[in-house]
Amino acid sequence: MNILSINQVDKNYHNHKAVDGVTFDVPEGSIFGLLGPNGAGKTSLIRIITTITGADSGHVLFNGAPLDENTPSKIGYMPEERGLYKKMKVAEQLLYLAQLKGLSKAEATKEIKYWFEKFEISDWWNKKIEELSKGMQQKIQFIATVIHRPRLLILDEPFSGLDPLNANLIKDEIYELNKQGITIIFSTHRMEQVEEICEKIVLIDKGRVILEGDVSEIKERFKENKFQIKANGDLPKIYGSDAFDVLEEKDQEVIFRVKEGHNPNELLTALINQGLQIKAYNEMLPSLNEIFINQVRG
Amino acid sequence: MDKIWLIIKREYTTRVLKKSFLLITLLTPLGIGLIAFIGGYAASAKSSTKNIAIVDESNIINANNLESSDAIYTLLKTPLDSLKLNYQEKGYDMVIHIPPYTNQDLTEHQITYFSKDKLSIQNISELERKFRNIFKEYKLENSAFDKDAIAKLDIKIKLENALINETDDSIKGDKSSKYSSMIATGLSYIMGFMMYMVIFIFGTMVMRSVMEEKINRIVEVMISSVKPFQLLLGKVMGVGLVGLTQLLIWLLLIPLIVLGVSAIFGADASSSMVSGADMESATQIMNESGNDITKFVTELKLMNWWLIIPVFIIFFFGGYFLYSAMFAAVGSAIGDDIAEGQQLTLPIVVPVILAFIMIPSVFNDPDGPIAMFGSMFPLTSPIIMPARLPFDPPIWQVILSILFLIAGIVLVTWLAARIYRVGIFMYGKKVSFKEIGKWITYKG
Repeated sequence: MNILSINQVDKNYHNHKAVDGVTFDVPEGSIFGLLGPNGAGKTSLIRIITTITGADSGHVLFNGAPLDENTPSKIGYMPEERGLYKKMKVAEQLLYLAQLKGLSKAEATKEIKYWFEKFEISDWWNKKIEELSKGMQQKIQFIATVIHRPRLLILDEPFSGLDPLNANLIKDEIYELNKQGITIIFSTHRMEQVEEICEKIVLIDKGRVILEGDVSEIKERFKENKFQIKANGDLPKIYGSDAFDVLEEKDQEVIFRVKEGHNPNELLTALINQGLQIKAYNEMLPSLNEIFINQVRG
Repeated sequence: MDKIWLIIKREYTTRVLKKSFLLITLLTPLGIGLIAFIGGYAASAKSSTKNIAIVDESNIINANNLESSDAIYTLLKTPLDSLKLNYQEKGYDMVIHIPPYTNQDLTEHQITYFSKDKLSIQNISELERKFRNIFKEYKLENSAFDKDAIAKLDIKIKLENALINETDDSIKGDKSSKYSSMIATGLSYIMGFMMYMVIFIFGTMVMRSVMEEKINRIVEVMISSVKPFQLLLGKVMGVGLVGLTQLLIWLLLIPLIVLGVSAIFGADASSSMVSGADMESATQIMNESGNDITKFVTELKLMNWWLIIPVFIIFFFGGYFLYSAMFAAVGSAIGDDIAEGQQLTLPIVVPVILAFIMIPSVFNDPDGPIAMFGSMFPLTSPIIMPARLPFDPPIWQVILSILFLIAGIVLVTWLAARIYRVGIFMYGKKVSFKEIGKWITYKG
C-alpha cells in the first residue's frame, strides 16, 4: 500500500520548470529519501504534497485519495527554512501549532507533556524560545512537527544546524516513529545520511526523476564489479589471469575489477593459486554519493 | 474558521499582554491629561492677579474704569522718578506711566511701562485695548456726540443656518449656529486625524508582523497548517482588534482625565486644551458670553450622532482593512532587507498623506469637488468621509462611498493575498514592483 502516489506532476514558475512530469510512489511505513542537488525541485514538490501550492498538472494521491483540506493535519512537515515565534513561551507555542493542526487543547497539552518528559525538558515549559540555544530550539521544532501524530512525516534537511548529539537524538526518534508505523520522507542532498537511514530513494535533478528504487538495489545496479583484497606477505608480480584488471596496488592491499562475463570466484581462485594468504575480501559497492554525482553530471 | 480564530487569538493576546502595549495605552491618556493639566495651570496662572501702579498725568483714568479681575490697578500720585526706583518694595509688579494728553485731536498717544520683565505680546495688546477703551470713552464724553446714539450705531450680526431638508424642502428649524460649524470643523479634523493615525500605526503593525514571520522563517511551518489567506486574515483581524481595544480604552480614559483636570481648573483647562485657529475663535466666542458652554454642549448634542458614530465605525474598520491588507502584501515582499524594502511602502503612504492634506479643503467646502472625490475614492475615503460626516453629507453619497469602499476592500484584499502567498516564500531577492506584479498572475 502506498501512502503517497505522485503522478506526472508539473509545476512552473514563470519560464522555469520547477517540477517536470514527476512520478513515484512512497510505500506506507517506509523511510523514503527524496534526493537532489540544491534547486532540483525537492521543495517545490514537497510544497505540492503539503498542499501549500497546487500542481499545474498531474495528481497526487494521499492514502489513495486526492489531496484535500484535511491532508495537512495528517502530515508533519519540517521545512528547511524553519523557525519559531521567538517571543512566545515554549508550551504556548507548541499548543498553538498543535491546535492549528486540529488537536484539541486537552489533547495538545497531553502530547506536549509526553514529549517534554521524553526529551527531559519539563523545565522549559515557560521559557521563551529566544532564551533557548539553537539546538534546544531544534528539539522544540521537531516536537512541533510530530505533535499531532501525523501519518506522514516530511523532513527537509532535518539535520542542518544540529550538533552530532542532537542529530543522533532526532535520528533515534525518526526510527522510533517509523517503528510506530509513520512513513517518513527525508529530503536532503547529504548522501551519507540517506545511505544510513533510507530504504528507498528517488533522485531528482532539474525537476525530473533520474533514479528511483531500493537503496541496496540501486547500489547493486550501479556496482562496477570492484573487489578489495587484503593479504599477508608480498603480493605476486603477475596474477596470471585475464578475468580481472588491477586498478590499484598499495602495500598489502589491491583493488581489482572483474571483467564482464567472468565470476568473482575466478579472481579468488587465481589469487589462491598464486599462494597468496588472503586476510580480507570485499565487494566494493558504489556509495550513493558517487552514484548521485555520476547521475547528476549525466 | 477555527484556525482563523486561533490566529486572531494569538495575534491579539501576544500584543495586548505586552508591557509596551499596556504602557502606551495607559501613558497616552495620562500624557494628554498632563498637557491638559499644564494648559489649565497656565490658564489659571495667567489670571493670578498682578499689582500694577499707574501714574496718570493725563487725569483721564479713574478708579472706576480700572476695575478688573486679572490685575489690581492702583492710581498713585507719587512722582514717577521715585516710584520707578522703589515700586517693587511697595509691592507692585510694574508701573505704567500715562503722560499728559492735551490735544484731543491726536489719534495716537504713547504710554510707558516700567518693569523688570518684558511683557508678552498678549499682555501688551490687552493693556493697549484697555487704555484705548478708556481714552475713547473719555473723548466721547467730551465731544458733541450723543453717547447713546453712538452706542446704537454698533450692531452685532449673527449668521445662523436654518438647514433645509433635502427630501421635502421643509426647514428643520434653528438647528445649527456658529457653534455647530465650529464643532463640525473640530470633529471633522479629529476624525480625519484619527483615521490617519489608525491606518499608519496599525497598518505598519500588520506589516511588521508579516515581516517577523518571514524573517523568523516560521511562515512555512504555519503555511503547512493553514492557508496563506487564513493567516493573512487572522493577522489583520487580530491586530485590528488590538487597535480597537486601544481606541476604546482611550475613548474612555481621555474624557475622564480631561474632565478631572477641568474640574480642578474650571472651564479654563478645557478651553486651553483646544488648539488651532478654529479653536481659538471657539475660545473667544466662549469668553464673550456667560452661558456659552451650555450652548456649546447643546449644539454638541444636536450633532447627527446616529449617523456619525456608526458610519465612522464602518470607515474605521473598512479603512483599516483596506490598508492593512496592503501593508501585509508589502511586508511579505520585503523580507530580510528592511531598508531596501522601505520604498515598497510608497504606494501606500502617498494616498494616506494626500488624504490627510485634503482634510482642510473638506471643512472649507464640505460638498466641493475635492471633498466629493476624496470621499468616494476607496484609498482616500476612509479619511475624507469621516471628516465630511459632521457637515451632514447627502446620505446617498455616504452609502455610495461605503459601497465603493467595500468594492475596494474586496479588490485590494484579493490582490494582497495573491502577492502575500508568493512573497512570504521569496528570500534573498531584491523585489521590484514589476516582480510583484508578476506574482499576482502566479497559479495557486
